[in-house]
Amino acid sequence: MELLSGADMIARFLQDEGVEYIYGYPGGAALHIYDALFRQDKVKHILVRHEQAATHAADGYARASGKPGVVLVTSGPGATNAVTGIATAYMDSIPMVVLCGQVMSHLIGDDAFQETDIVGVTRPIVKHSFSIRHPSEIPEVLKKAFYLAATGRPGPVVVDIPKDMTAPTERYEYVYPKKVKLRSYNPVTRGHTGQIKKAVEMMLKAKRPVFYTGGGVVTGKASEGLTDLVKQLGFPITTTLMGIGAYPQSDRQCLGWLGMHGSYESNMAMHHADLIIAIGARFDDRVTNNTSKFCPTAKIIHVDVDPSSVSKTVRADVPIVGPASSVINEMISLVQGQSIAQPEALAEWWQKIDGWRAEREGKLYEPSKPGDVLKPQEVVEALCRVTRGEAYVTTDVGQHQMFAAQYYKFDKPNRLITSGGLGTMGFGFPAAMGIKQNFPDDDVVCVTGEGSFQMMMQELSTCKQYGVGVKIVNLNNASLGMVRQWQDLNYKSRHAHSYMESLPDFHMLIEAYGFTAMTVNTLDELEPALERAFANKHELVFLDVKVDPHEHVYPMQVPLGAMRDMLLSKTERT
Amino acid sequence: MRHIISILMENEPGALSRVVGLFSQRNFNIETLNVAPTEDPSLSRLTVTTIGDDRVIEQITKHLNKLIDVVKLVDLTEGNHIERELMLVKVKALGAARDEVKRTVDIFRAQIVDVTPSLYTVQITGDASKLDAFLQAMAPVGILEVARTGVSGIARGDKVLSL
Repeated sequence: MELLSGADMIARFLQDEGVEYIYGYPGGAALHIYDALFRQDKVKHILVRHEQAATHAADGYARASGKPGVVLVTSGPGATNAVTGIATAYMDSIPMVVLCGQVMSHLIGDDAFQETDIVGVTRPIVKHSFSIRHPSEIPEVLKKAFYLAATGRPGPVVVDIPKDMTAPTERYEYVYPKKVKLRSYNPVTRGHTGQIKKAVEMMLKAKRPVFYTGGGVVTGKASEGLTDLVKQLGFPITTTLMGIGAYPQSDRQCLGWLGMHGSYESNMAMHHADLIIAIGARFDDRVTNNTSKFCPTAKIIHVDVDPSSVSKTVRADVPIVGPASSVINEMISLVQGQSIAQPEALAEWWQKIDGWRAEREGKLYEPSKPGDVLKPQEVVEALCRVTRGEAYVTTDVGQHQMFAAQYYKFDKPNRLITSGGLGTMGFGFPAAMGIKQNFPDDDVVCVTGEGSFQMMMQELSTCKQYGVGVKIVNLNNASLGMVRQWQDLNYKSRHAHSYMESLPDFHMLIEAYGFTAMTVNTLDELEPALERAFANKHELVFLDVKVDPHEHVYPMQVPLGAMRDMLLSKTERT
Repeated sequence: MRHIISILMENEPGALSRVVGLFSQRNFNIETLNVAPTEDPSLSRLTVTTIGDDRVIEQITKHLNKLIDVVKLVDLTEGNHIERELMLVKVKALGAARDEVKRTVDIFRAQIVDVTPSLYTVQITGDASKLDAFLQAMAPVGILEVARTGVSGIARGDKVLSL
């Protein structure tokens, strides 16, 4: 039997759980834990420069690796700074465990120094939370936290740890709990066979089917199965922003992604479909546009691990509650040896889709003329070429995010790392940091804008401390591009606070941290700069790319319209 | 439509706030709410009445079931059930009204549980509509204070909400 203090139990548990990296920032209430981490060398602690960055870094790691990200912060402001990152992970169903220091238990409720009811503050944005009430509970509570974070529909779990629970003088028995049981938590392991059969029958009979798949396929590690199933059936597939890469985008059957800034052919196919096979997607408002006009002729099969996602915004005709991977595998075995009932109808459907594709071919944006300011789209296309479409691409939020998702072609899941649900500016850079530390031999690039980057640029210091060689492509249009776009469209171009006066000289800023920066102004400078940036995998390089501030993201769905109602450029609409 | 949802949940600090928080967070409505421990000290039973169409009620029960602290729940209004609420009311009882109040209390099978020279404190149980009717009947006399527990309920017959 081993007697450990609460703090040592935490350090030991993290080792036993196989945690490699923990992102955090010390402070009074967490100091016992920090001391315990200091006295061991298996779990590496990464000191960020702001707690929000700790959560985004852990989140990036979790998205890329599929394992829970781990965060350690102190009470009060440490914990409240982490809130945005917790909410980001919650909205995108990312497994994360956040350990928060708390004031001594006898002080709770007294408005003690650095006291915040963080369990209360985070309640609507966590999958679950715990408060430690006795040091001996620590191993079991932590095991429950990791178990909850990673199973079912994943999500963040907060563990609140009053300082006296980790006191070095109080020692209790430590045993690593290999398994935990929660009587009220039994995530489904497979879908209803009858419903799956019914779904497959409908799929085989469909005339104008389309797969619509989301982040659930990525987090549910079901991409391979999905690719098999879609290829066997020969159906078109569109993914959500979060689902990008679950099916190879370079394949002909992939229509790109759908929704507000989705591809023309995706949105048209959805609108005209007679069967939508939704897997691990949640019909959110950025996808459906106006739900009352959503896909008027389609029956809907909806597969999701979370029953509350099914029929939440759009009624499912065939609801299937189950993990994407097992449901897809069952579908594959049912489809095998079967042939679709109306191949000629499917061929006709493809003709229609190819027609939509051809309509927009070469018209997606107008490339820059020699000597002109660059278009953001061509920067992303060049980035894709230089990295052979194989990089981990993180983004912040805004126009650059949409351009990155539209013009980088992802053939693998977990490669586009973006804050889809919450839309958190400042996410991209720390997320890239978390990924790069765990995948040091891969290219990791943060596509950002000068607005978002300035929200988390203090992390340059963290990258310096740990030698993190991420690349940063700053699509610098000197304005908050997406806000500006909406103001152009809806507010007669009154650009209220959407332009960035007094931008720093990014070149000098980056060099102040001892990193390389390059400024790119024209097309002929672009690819050479990118090549140079990616030449050394272990060096942080910042590319400040000056791009056209007047560019808009298109297609753009018309508010309150149907899927097919889109602006296609500044002058065209459907 | 009005629904009565009974929930067995972990008797843990914070469990109640998760349930209540869910309603406000998701824009669901709470008409009444009551909660107390059960014969199993690890479990509390919470009963909530809410109003919503089928889609909303489906979402409410699904989201409640998702809460880790919620062990089991039942929508009592889906079947035959017994619904009860307890109310304590202080009413004016002066002069001729004193007898009138007593008569009404008897008609409603309520009880007078405390008496002063100027008022009666009445205890009454029943479903919500009976309690409403009593209040309506007492309104002309003068209602001074009302304390209602909120609805509690249980299914009729052999059906049992337990682990």
